[in-house]
Amino acid sequence: MQQVNLPYDPYNVIITGVGGQGNVMASRILGNMLSRKGLSVTIGETFGASQRGGSVMSHLRISAVSSWSPQIPKGQGHLVISLEPTEAMRVLVNYGNPAIKVLCNTRSIHAIGVISGEQQYPDLADIKAWVAELSEAAWFMDATEKAMELGNPILGNIMMIGAAAAIGVLPLDREDFEAAIAENLSLDKQELNLKAFNLGVGMVK
Amino acid sequence: MSPILDGQPGTRHLLMGNEAIARGALEAGVDVVAGYPGTPSSEIIETLARVSAQQNLYVEWSVNEKVAMEVAAAGSFAGLRSMCVMKQNGVNVGSDFLLHLAITGTRGGMVLVPCDDPGALSSANEGESRHFARMLEIPLLEPADFQEAKDLIKWAFELSEKIQNVVMVRSVTRLSHASGNVVFGDLPDLEKKAFFKHQGNILDPLQGPMSSLPVVFKHGRQQEKLKKVIAEFEVSAFNTYSGPRAPELLLITGSACYLYSKEAISLLGVEDRVGLLKLATTWPLPPQLMEKYLCTADKVLVVEEVIPFLEENVKIIAAELALKIGSKTFYGKREGSLPQTGEMNSDHVAAALSKILSVASEAVPEAYAARAKELSDAGAPGRDLTFCAGCPHRASFWTIHNTLQMDGREGFVCGDIGCYSLAILPTGFNTLKTLHAMGSGIGLASGFGMLAQFGMAQPVVAVVGDSTFFHAALPALINAIHHRSDITIVVLDNSGTAMTGFQSHPGLAVDATGNEASAIDVVNLCQAMGATVRVSDPFEPEKTRQTLLDLFEIKGLKVLVLKQMCALSPEKKAQKMFEVSVDQAVCIGQACGCNQLCTRIFKCPGLNWDKEHLVSRIDEVICVGCGMCASICPAGAIRKKEVA
Repeated sequence: MQQVNLPYDPYNVIITGVGGQGNVMASRILGNMLSRKGLSVTIGETFGASQRGGSVMSHLRISAVSSWSPQIPKGQGHLVISLEPTEAMRVLVNYGNPAIKVLCNTRSIHAIGVISGEQQYPDLADIKAWVAELSEAAWFMDATEKAMELGNPILGNIMMIGAAAAIGVLPLDREDFEAAIAENLSLDKQELNLKAFNLGVGMVK
Repeated sequence: MSPILDGQPGTRHLLMGNEAIARGALEAGVDVVAGYPGTPSSEIIETLARVSAQQNLYVEWSVNEKVAMEVAAAGSFAGLRSMCVMKQNGVNVGSDFLLHLAITGTRGGMVLVPCDDPGALSSANEGESRHFARMLEIPLLEPADFQEAKDLIKWAFELSEKIQNVVMVRSVTRLSHASGNVVFGDLPDLEKKAFFKHQGNILDPLQGPMSSLPVVFKHGRQQEKLKKVIAEFEVSAFNTYSGPRAPELLLITGSACYLYSKEAISLLGVEDRVGLLKLATTWPLPPQLMEKYLCTADKVLVVEEVIPFLEENVKIIAAELALKIGSKTFYGKREGSLPQTGEMNSDHVAAALSKILSVASEAVPEAYAARAKELSDAGAPGRDLTFCAGCPHRASFWTIHNTLQMDGREGFVCGDIGCYSLAILPTGFNTLKTLHAMGSGIGLASGFGMLAQFGMAQPVVAVVGDSTFFHAALPALINAIHHRSDITIVVLDNSGTAMTGFQSHPGLAVDATGNEASAIDVVNLCQAMGATVRVSDPFEPEKTRQTLLDLFEIKGLKVLVLKQMCALSPEKKAQKMFEVSVDQAVCIGQACGCNQLCTRIFKCPGLNWDKEHLVSRIDEVICVGCGMCASICPAGAIRKKEVA
């Protein structure tokens, strides 16, 4: 097992989005990839009542030393992978700090309060500015749009994993991604997911 | 390829807590597994069902938790190892049988795995199964991490056989639904034969009939078993201590709270001041072990979730040992350092530690926190719980709600547990007016329907899901029919136990393992019992409304089965029935008299209000093509085209 150096130990990643965007799948794959590096990984997840349309969040605790609790303490996030712009804001208020990094998909999903007109959905330009202000580094990508070109909007989650690998803060290798999806997906789906991963890498480089 | 079965002994895997529990059962050589789906427990049986053929397991989704316990107990009585799995509410359902079983005892190892949901992340209460262990006088084990989730299950089977009684292993959402690393042990390779010995004397636990009689004698024998349990618990390696020899504060905890406590100690950097006693054997507590550690500190903090169960048990032991260990200052729930509701986390524990030890906890810079709060108020509009796009329940409640409005007699709907519970919220047009346990909507309706002699004239409707119909509704339905209660029952049949992930139920022709099963037909069943029965498709709102109005005119018990598969069903997924679009020439938005009916009231997530052009639009990523919104648009602006 090679020696792995993490910027922080534990390194805390939050994957957030809206029910139906493949949040849980993304956390499994990311966790699996890091576990393959010999790291201790704990993933905390909230699902069950998170029907499509609800906020969903996965907490990943990555450590070279020991296992950590499935809930990141307040203000202790290091990397946010957000599949929906306003969800990034929701995470930052609870887990943000001046050193946090954010990868954010730009495709909005309107809550029913917004659809009904009781609430306002902010302008994307504003969200981008706010996320940038509250983070050390932020990347925005049109993952869902690109995924629809591949034939399925759900692949946006895999593009975000590709992007997370590309920013280089964690030991996320393409080989580990291939091995992780081989455990869960059929061959034809693996090919499509690898394409999505590669596109994600390209989106932040 | 499933690592659950193929993973080699000694290899490390990233498993969900529920998968770790399943692997533990396999390593223990479990034979019979039964349960009823319920978040956060469902993946345990799903995981075992997938490998049942290779491992010669018998795995079933039982009709309800009481029957699941009986099915599992039958396996044990026949000498096999059996496991019974459910969420916390299930233990309430099964407790009638369980109280008998605990006195009767078991033969082959039998383990009961309830998964509690502190904080009610996906429940309608945060009740706890731990109290049943004390009430039933059976051993209670609580895993603190994923490795223990596997290992404790294996040990629980051995313990159960040692004392010939059922052992409870309690998990919580943050273990069951979280994932962590687990090192595998061996899988046994045993041929087993089931045989129920019953020819012996009634007092013979191994050869005689299984019963709690004579009660006082067998109850005494049950309590003797607990003494054996305590002896095992005293020396269990699953109870661990870390910290200084004489800490300023002894922190006693177990379950996921161990990880929170460990993290809080680390966050505050008080490793040299706090001793951390992690207990896996939380009832009955081993007194000698407790004495050893209670001696070391004058201050004691007990960290656990919801009601102070562990805290009270520790205090009983401390009172009994008072002369030996001296008086202690206790911190926790009764004293007020920790909340008695909601789930625990590292922040709660850190706050308690910081107060008790007078240390400051390092927080996020104040200016950052204030700015983040300010920005998120505008930048993160809340997401209320909602039915999914294309959910048949939205359509059903749309019609039930409108029909009751039209009827004008202030009729109301009684409900119970399922995705359709959300109908108490705006997504279901606030249609539900009572929400309790599974089947309770029909029981309440049965009662409401008998109140005519007191002048009650409101139409009474109860809704029930298809899985819940079999689980808990039948006795209430029979009660209502027998007493000629004047009510309308709506069965929301979406072809599966949808909320927990499409597990099978007795209305389907398939079982937990994918084998063919005998389906019980709801319509025939209700008709055979004497109810007036109609069937409709909730996506046909006009027909459904007329049917409901007709039923309201009939005296006695009426059943309307609204049949439409869940939008997320594996059989339906990704298959649109219709291409839906908004004809921009016809939708005149706010100029139309509808006052944005589709987005303001119906508010399916597949619709969007275009702020710029002031018209409705379809979100093609979210819309699943049910076509319901086309049926409700008064202007006919929403068009649906059948997908070939």
